[in-house]
Amino acid sequence: MASLNVRAALLSVSFLILALGLWEMATQPPEAQTGLTEYEMLMGGVEQESRVPPPSAVIKLAWAELSDPFYDAGANDKGIGIQLAYSVYRVLTGYLAAMAIALPVGFLIGMSPLMYKALNPYIQVLRPISPLAWMPLALFIIQDSDASAIFVIFICSIWPMLLNTAFGVANVRQDWVNVARTHELGPLRTAITVILPAAAPTILTGMRISIGIAWLVIVAAEMLVGGTGIGYYVWNEWNNLDLASVIFSILMIGVVGMLLDLALGKAQKLVEYKE
Amino acid sequence: MSKPFLEVDGLSKVYPDGQGGELTVFEDIRFALEKGEFVCIIGHSGCGKSTILNVLAGLDEASAGNVVMNGKEIKGPGLERGVVFQNYSLLPWKTTLNNIVFAVRARWPEWSKEKVKEHSERYLKMVGLDHALNRKPSQLSGGMRQRVSIARAFATQPELLLLDEPFGALDALTRGVIQDELVKIWEETRQTVFMITHDVDEAILLSDRIFLMSNGPNARIAESVKVDIPHPRARATIFQNPAYHKTRDYLVDFLVNRSGSALPEKDGTPKIVEPAKGAARSTPASAESDTESESETAARAVNA
Repeated sequence: MASLNVRAALLSVSFLILALGLWEMATQPPEAQTGLTEYEMLMGGVEQESRVPPPSAVIKLAWAELSDPFYDAGANDKGIGIQLAYSVYRVLTGYLAAMAIALPVGFLIGMSPLMYKALNPYIQVLRPISPLAWMPLALFIIQDSDASAIFVIFICSIWPMLLNTAFGVANVRQDWVNVARTHELGPLRTAITVILPAAAPTILTGMRISIGIAWLVIVAAEMLVGGTGIGYYVWNEWNNLDLASVIFSILMIGVVGMLLDLALGKAQKLVEYKE
Repeated sequence: MSKPFLEVDGLSKVYPDGQGGELTVFEDIRFALEKGEFVCIIGHSGCGKSTILNVLAGLDEASAGNVVMNGKEIKGPGLERGVVFQNYSLLPWKTTLNNIVFAVRARWPEWSKEKVKEHSERYLKMVGLDHALNRKPSQLSGGMRQRVSIARAFATQPELLLLDEPFGALDALTRGVIQDELVKIWEETRQTVFMITHDVDEAILLSDRIFLMSNGPNARIAESVKVDIPHPRARATIFQNPAYHKTRDYLVDFLVNRSGSALPEKDGTPKIVEPAKGAARSTPASAESDTESESETAARAVNA
């Protein structure tokens, strides 16, 4: 009997083949039964309704796009690599800015019950706001669509990081804090050498949730602000009625999202510890 | 008379009892430790032993009274007092070695990396863990973790070592082995140690004096029992000494029959008791293994 991994891989591949096969069959154009009518000849064929393109067409397009991902032929025709790079750049910029705020503030809230009580009402009100609701205000104040998209990423990725950091810091075992105290570590050294590593797994969990949300939101944000990015690309191809490109870019969004999550997952493994 | 190394004067701890009133866990605790002494404190649960130790460590504050060490009042924790916690309190993301390095570096920040490492390794070797330098605490057994914790405390060479029931969570066999190691390290370093225990045999094996606490609330340190057995001691042979049995019987009797009503001297200092006066110097009696195991059972029942 082959190992579990091999069997799982075989099953995965068969599911894929099955799904692609069904998709391919369901999207074949109907065969012309009789000769073309005059109308059909004028319209260029029997197809009267547009259909979802078959996987073969998507794969062909994917091959073409991926073999030259960074071409740039003007504002409306850039390679998929360039579009994804724009999106990743915005996500990472907004995300890092959020980190720069969320980690210190999370530490503060986690270590000081006073600050927690004082700031908690604001967090609870701001947190459930859909990040896109900030967009008009951001556009008005910042007056720059690119920066506004980054701001939306910032505002949506700050909450899980902030709350998880606060939670992780507040729940560091008192024993470990006592170890720091009996060794006369100052507040800063205690924070860095004891509390940070102790809370790191919880903080990383928050960061992982945040990057996931940020990647979800960037697509919608770019559909709104336009210009560049994978969200804009999807919407632009929809306007072009190029459904093969739409499907292809949906898949690419999934792949990049998975890679971002994998990276954070790896980081999480690094800071994990067993008690 | 010269000032003692450590002087505890009129310590008490009062908690709110949750119904608007107050609960005095212990009151007017007075005792003194001399440099190089090993002192155990025994008492039933709830008498506030751990709180006393935490006050000495500077991790807790007493409601009244003060502690003076080397002529200075103790306020807050400090490196001159090392603590071994019952639950080891190792930092689980650090290796065995780095847990010690952490402490040594805090103690001597001016030392070079090599010196810190060498010093740390020496103390890990003392507890027989030089083969496990790079393992994480989660990969060690309970006994090994407690050894690391003991090595960490000794490595910083504090003037006063505070051990909070260090062997409470270990099985009897492991406990015995580590007790032997503690005896060995202590014979080498002659550090001043203040230790909480529930185990009468452990207390006799290790201490010069044993403080007996009456039951809480309003617990006091009622008696200070002198353990008149010469060093070095060994777990395997100590029971051959007649002083051992006299001391042991005295302690068990206190814990079973008298801990509810015992009181210290009028001035608040513990009554000084020498249950085995003179007995230690006589020739060791032949092995009394039968009586040993009987009283063993009695003591376990007390400790349960």
